[in-house]
Amino acid sequence: MQFARVACLRLLTTLITLIGVAVIVFIVVRVVPGNPIAMMLPPGATDADIERLKALYGLDKSIPQQFLIWFANVLHGDFGTSITTRQPVLGLVLGRLPATLELSIMALVMAVLLGGTLAVLGTRLRRTRAEAGIDIANGIGMSVPDFLWGLLLIVLFGVLWPVFQISGRVTPRLELPFTSQFYLFESILRLRFDLTRDLIGHMFMPALALALPLAAIIAQLLKQSLKETVNLDYAVLARTKGYPETSVILAEALPNAVLPTLTLIGVQFTFLIGGTVIVERLFSYEGLGNMAIDAVINRDLPLIQGIVILFALLFTLVNLAVDMTYAFLNPRLRHA
Amino acid sequence: MSAFLEIRNLSARLRDTGERVLRSVSLEVPVGAVQGLVGESGAGKSMIGRAVLGVLPKAVEIVEGEILLEGRDLLKAKPSERRRLIGTRTALIPQDPLTALNPSRRIGPQITDRLVDILGWEKARATARAAEILAEVDIPQPERVMRLYPHELSGGMRQRILIASAFAAEPKLIVADEPTTALDVTVQKQILHLISQMQARHGTALLFVTHDLGVVAKICDSLSVLYAGKVVEETTVQKFFAAPQHPYSAALLAATPRHTDAGASLEPVPRAVLDAVSAEIAADDASWRRHG
Repeated sequence: MQFARVACLRLLTTLITLIGVAVIVFIVVRVVPGNPIAMMLPPGATDADIERLKALYGLDKSIPQQFLIWFANVLHGDFGTSITTRQPVLGLVLGRLPATLELSIMALVMAVLLGGTLAVLGTRLRRTRAEAGIDIANGIGMSVPDFLWGLLLIVLFGVLWPVFQISGRVTPRLELPFTSQFYLFESILRLRFDLTRDLIGHMFMPALALALPLAAIIAQLLKQSLKETVNLDYAVLARTKGYPETSVILAEALPNAVLPTLTLIGVQFTFLIGGTVIVERLFSYEGLGNMAIDAVINRDLPLIQGIVILFALLFTLVNLAVDMTYAFLNPRLRHA
Repeated sequence: MSAFLEIRNLSARLRDTGERVLRSVSLEVPVGAVQGLVGESGAGKSMIGRAVLGVLPKAVEIVEGEILLEGRDLLKAKPSERRRLIGTRTALIPQDPLTALNPSRRIGPQITDRLVDILGWEKARATARAAEILAEVDIPQPERVMRLYPHELSGGMRQRILIASAFAAEPKLIVADEPTTALDVTVQKQILHLISQMQARHGTALLFVTHDLGVVAKICDSLSVLYAGKVVEETTVQKFFAAPQHPYSAALLAATPRHTDAGASLEPVPRAVLDAVSAEIAADDASWRRHG
C-alpha cells in the first residue's frame, strides 16, 4: 500500500516536471533571437514566401496556441517533424538516445570505479603523504571541466600517444550486424568482441573526460565518510577479530559510508548527462548531445523540444533510480 | 608460565602533545582468571584494553613496554602475526551494543566472519557454532535472529549477541570494555551475570574494564586501580575490599554508594588524596623524563 502510494506520487511529480520543462523550452526557443524560417529560405525570398512557410509549420499562430497544438500531438505520441531533416522527431531522438546512454553509463562506471578506488586508497593511507597526493589529484580532477579534460585527452592519447580514436562512435568502414542502436551492448551479446574493442576505443576518451570530474567528487566525499566510519565501534571490533585494515574498510565501512555518496552520484550523474552535449561535439560522437547542438544551430524547434524533454525524462529517471537504490542499500529504510 | 597476558612497563603518550597517558603499567592476567581494571573516566583503563587488542586510537603511541600474549610480545610481532594472534586468541566485548554491530550486515555473518575468515572454519560449521553460542546466551530462535539486522533488536539483545560473538571462537582472553555501562540498570545485572557465567563455563581469562567497584566485587578475582594512567594499587579483590593499601584506592572505595547505608550522603574523593596522587605522578614523570 505504502509503496503504491509513493510510486503514484513519484509518477505524478515526474509528469508535472516534464510538462513544466516542455512549457519553458517551448517558450524559450521561440523568444530567443533567430528563427527557423530565416535559416531555410534563400536570400531574396518575399514576405509572402515567409508567411507561407510560417503557416506550413504553424508558426503563424500565437505561442499558447502553438503549444496547445503541439501538446495535443505529443499526447498522441507525435513530437512533430524535424524542420531540417523532415523526419519525425521521436524516431530521430530515440535513434540517438542509445549512443548517449552507452556513453554516459560507461562514464558513470568509470567515475565510480576510479573515485571509489581513490577513496578506499586514500582512507587506507590516511595520515600519510600519499593521502595528501590523492587530495591534490582530487582537487585537480574537480576543478578542470569535462570538455577541457577532453582536449587534454585528445592531445595525450590521440596525438602524442595515439592509442584511442578521437572521433566518431565506430570505425566507418566496419560492417555492423546490429539491429538496435545499443552498439556496445549488442556487440557484447553477439560476442563480436572485435567490434566491442573498436567501440570502446572510440568511447574511452569522451567517457573518461566526462568521468574525471565526477570521479574526483566521488573520491572526496566517499573518503570523507569512510574516514569517519573506520573509527566507529563496529570497525574497531572487526580489527580485534584479526581483519587487516583494507578488509575493514571494504567490508565494514564501505557499505555504510556509501549512502551519502550515492545521493551525490545521482545529482552529479545528471550533470554528466548534460556534459555529453559538449563532449560528444568535441569527439564527433553521434549521440543526442551532438544532435542537440545541430538542432540549436539550425533553430530546429521541434527537434530541440524533443531532445530537451528526453533529457528531462532521463534526469527524473536517474533520480528515481537513486531513491530506489538508497532504499535497497539501507536496511532501516527497507523495513520502514 | 601462569599468566596468559602480561603487560610490562607499558607507557604511551599522545602523539601531538607528548602527554603521557599510560605510565609504566604492569599487570598480569592468569589463564582463566578475571582481572578488573578500575579507575575514573580518563584514567586510561580502556586504553590498556585497546592496546592489548592492537586498536589504540591513532593519536596515541606506545613509547615503551611489552604486551606478552602467551609469552610472545605483540608490540614486536609483525602486523600480520599480531593480527593473527589477537584474532585467534582474544576477543572484545565492547561498551556500547548500539554502535558495535554493523547496521548494514545481518547478525549471523557478524558472528561467523571471524570463524570463517580468520580461523578458517567451514561455513556450515561456523553457522552451527553461531546458533549454538546464541542459544547459550539465551537468545530465543537463534536461526531467526541470525537473519535479522541489528536495528531489529533491543540493546540488551545486542549485548547478548556481542557476548556470544566474543565467546564463539573460544578465545583464551576476553577484554570486556565497560560492557554494562551503556545499558539500563535492570539489564546491567543480567548481562553481568551472563558474562560471569560464560566466563566460568568456558574458563576464559577476562580483563574487565569498569569504573564500578560494585561490579568488580561481583565478578573479579583481582584488580588494578588506575589513576591518570598509573597503576596505584594491584591486589586481590578480597584484600582490596578488606583493606585497600593506597590512599586513592581507599578514597575510591569510600566514595562508592552502598545500599546498606541508605540516606548517607555520597563522599567524593577528598582533595588531599587527589593532590597526593598527583604529586606522586608528577615525581614519577620527572624521573621518567630524566631516564628517557
